[in-house]
Amino acid sequence: MKLSKSLFKVWAVFKRELTDYFSSPVAYVFIIIFLMLSGFFTFYVSHLFEVGQAELTLFFEWHPWIFLLLIPAATMRLWSEEKKIGTIELIMTFPITLTEIILGKFFAAWIFIGIALIMTFPMILTVCYLGDPDTGAIFCSYIGSFLMAGAFISIGLMTSSLTKSQVISFILSVVLSLFFVLAGYSPVCEVFTGWTPVWFIDIITNLSFLTHFASIKRGVIDFRDLVYFFSIICFMLFCNGTILHNK
Amino acid sequence: MIEVSNLSKTFGIRKVVNEVSFVVEQGDVLGFLGPNGAGKSTTMRMITGFILPSSGSVKVGGYDVVCDPVLVKEKIGYLPENAPVYSDMSVFQYLSFCAEIRGYRGINRKKKVAEGIEKCFLSEVKNQTVNTLSKGYKQRVCFAQSIIHDPKYLIFDEPTDGLDPNQKHEVRLMIKEMSSRKAIIISTHILEEISVMCSKTIILSNGSIVVNSTPDELKAMSSDHGSVLIDLDNNSSDNAVNCLQKIDGVKKIKLIAFEENNVSIQVYPENINNQIIERIIPELNKNGFKIKSIFIEQGKLDQVFRSLTT
Repeated sequence: MKLSKSLFKVWAVFKRELTDYFSSPVAYVFIIIFLMLSGFFTFYVSHLFEVGQAELTLFFEWHPWIFLLLIPAATMRLWSEEKKIGTIELIMTFPITLTEIILGKFFAAWIFIGIALIMTFPMILTVCYLGDPDTGAIFCSYIGSFLMAGAFISIGLMTSSLTKSQVISFILSVVLSLFFVLAGYSPVCEVFTGWTPVWFIDIITNLSFLTHFASIKRGVIDFRDLVYFFSIICFMLFCNGTILHNK
Repeated sequence: MIEVSNLSKTFGIRKVVNEVSFVVEQGDVLGFLGPNGAGKSTTMRMITGFILPSSGSVKVGGYDVVCDPVLVKEKIGYLPENAPVYSDMSVFQYLSFCAEIRGYRGINRKKKVAEGIEKCFLSEVKNQTVNTLSKGYKQRVCFAQSIIHDPKYLIFDEPTDGLDPNQKHEVRLMIKEMSSRKAIIISTHILEEISVMCSKTIILSNGSIVVNSTPDELKAMSSDHGSVLIDLDNNSSDNAVNCLQKIDGVKKIKLIAFEENNVSIQVYPENINNQIIERIIPELNKNGFKIKSIFIEQGKLDQVFRSLTT
């Protein structure tokens, strides 16, 4: 009874946030830019057609970088705007716990990105038309991309709770996300090789979205990768709660 | 019953609210007065659970706001300062959301929203986006939100701020109409509202309670309280003043205005319980003065307010 009541409140927040995306141009601009960027990178930068292989690794390779730019833009207003127009005072005095609000907002943004991901289905059609791709790997990559998006969102949501300025929230979120992306980027790893112990490099690379996303992209959803993404999400949401609780 | 005891809030080194205690029971309308920055909003925010108290406690309907925030928040309707509303939603959507979060579903929710729209005269704009509305309408939308669940406890932070005189009147009527069934706390800058709506008054200054009494008692603290204000149709003020001075029990006479055919005089009695007016009228009539108007001053709240908060 208590759980269903709680879920119902999460659902109410979720619905409001999701309709908020679609009742303003944000959602449409976001989805269109996301599709254009991913298409541009896949076809013009990675030359999917010239490679001659019916697979989508070249498409998924760009996701961390596109997310790095776009997801902070989609999450920056989640708390900042409430702080700016004062509705935070309203929602925090409703009979709803902070956890319920955070979950509602988080899932709304996550589902929104999920919708954007689903809209990339012409990519699958293209490779299916061109050849016989490994549908298992594509499916796993989508799951991986979605999980990674969740981690990006949790970071963006957290930084959004720090300030009432959407710009600051965006910048902080990009910087923090960049850290999580770059930690596994090979040029960064090379900086550390040779003079730091192997275990240290392991820790750094294991902190990275890229490492875990790459392992899922190969077509295997490892339990460790799931744990990784979910712990990032939980940790960031927890930080979010702490920040707002102690404001 | 709202019980506030020894409530304090410190931001950094500044003590914004200092050991505030009061009780509001069903049927009470408590008016919160005080200059800007006196701690009215902060106190209200602590009662509604928006910010945590540094020390002291708030109990609403027997539940502590820190220990059982959700239970307390269910019982309270709150209209924050500046009436914040989600700007991209329509009035109907907004109220639906508020009702939904308060636990109303399906038909029940629709009924509650319809009631709210009707009570706050919002039916003309119910499908309009909130950010296209004027300040007065926004205020009413937020007001509707605060009463949508028919709460036992209502907290309004400047409910009539930004409304035109007609809307102010409507809001006052609404509050008055609800007051017998609920415990209400209102903060305001407008002193006349206190005497119209409130049964109790608290004046805050620099975070502490300066006065906790009723509006009438507050007026009685005015130095003008009990004095008699007379308008005479007369050309000479000296005669009138001389005549009045002879009356028993008159302490002081102040000439307020002296124009052609109009003399305004304020007479202060030595003892306000003394019905000095009963002696003034015959005396003036006897001496051939024509009284245009005469009344006993109840006292001015703004005068009291100023003397207590500066």
